[in-house]
Amino acid sequence: MNKENENRLAVVYVKLKDGVLDPQGSTIKNALENMGYQGIKQIRSGKIFEITFQKDEKRKPEDLIDEICRKLLTNPIIEKYNFEIIK
Amino acid sequence: MKFGVIIFPGSNCDYDAYMAIKTVIKQDVEFLWHQDVSLHNCDCVILPGGFSYGDYLRTGAIARFSSIMKEVMDFAKDGGLVVGICNGFQILLEVGLLPGAMLRNTSLRFICKFVHIRAEYENTPFTNLCTKGQVLQIPIAHTDGNYFIPDEGLRQLVENDQIVFRYCDENGKVTPEANPNGSLENIAGICNQTKNVLGMMPHPERASEAILGSDDGKYVFQSIVNFFNQRR
Repeated sequence: MNKENENRLAVVYVKLKDGVLDPQGSTIKNALENMGYQGIKQIRSGKIFEITFQKDEKRKPEDLIDEICRKLLTNPIIEKYNFEIIK
Repeated sequence: MKFGVIIFPGSNCDYDAYMAIKTVIKQDVEFLWHQDVSLHNCDCVILPGGFSYGDYLRTGAIARFSSIMKEVMDFAKDGGLVVGICNGFQILLEVGLLPGAMLRNTSLRFICKFVHIRAEYENTPFTNLCTKGQVLQIPIAHTDGNYFIPDEGLRQLVENDQIVFRYCDENGKVTPEANPNGSLENIAGICNQTKNVLGMMPHPERASEAILGSDDGKYVFQSIVNFFNQRR
């Protein structure tokens, strides 16, 4: 097995909490309406992070990524997150 | 009294703050580097405006992990005077010295203009030379100044008299029209519960001499000196 295969990949999705004003999302929605798209109810914008990291036998990848999300990637006052461990 | 102005990578109001303190307020002032592990015996620390770390991720989110921020945290917890202006305010929010968070301005624009703010309380180290309800003309310059805090937090801010400045019209009336960025309750500046940490989006250092269009910003800095001298 080569080294590359020992790397893990997580994808983190961050978005504003429900109820927190999202001026970017509403501006994009307005633009779509101006372009003639009917029936767009709401757009909520967000961020995606792809994290490639080394396999660590001692630690569950879910715990590591969750900690990173809490400590740096999100501000819990306004944002929420979820993530997938892709490999 | 000695002030310290922290320079983060991307700070750009550091020299304005430095010069306002040195030449207008006429107090000792020195620059502090973000990697410093001491506040050099400063009596008041200023986190200036700018775009620390390019505003990457979220405004202030990376700067809060600078080594000097640990010193600022300890200093603030011991009652030390800390002022965050604009990006400095955003850093204080991210590090948790002040409650709440900043959202993008409702207009999504970078707004750079003079606004009016009302001093809500005169009983703070930062406003003791103001009268209650005094209107100050001070400029803002930001994209992320739309202050947000959940209901419970807002209730605490109101109960503890922590809302220091609100955006208002020139007559001191707090109206939706006078709110430049969508901030909750027109909030322009808040302090912590113990009232030794201030965060404000308007730039008092940019309004410290009449030739700059207003010298109302002096009230903030002179109040700090006044508070310091009385406390000694």
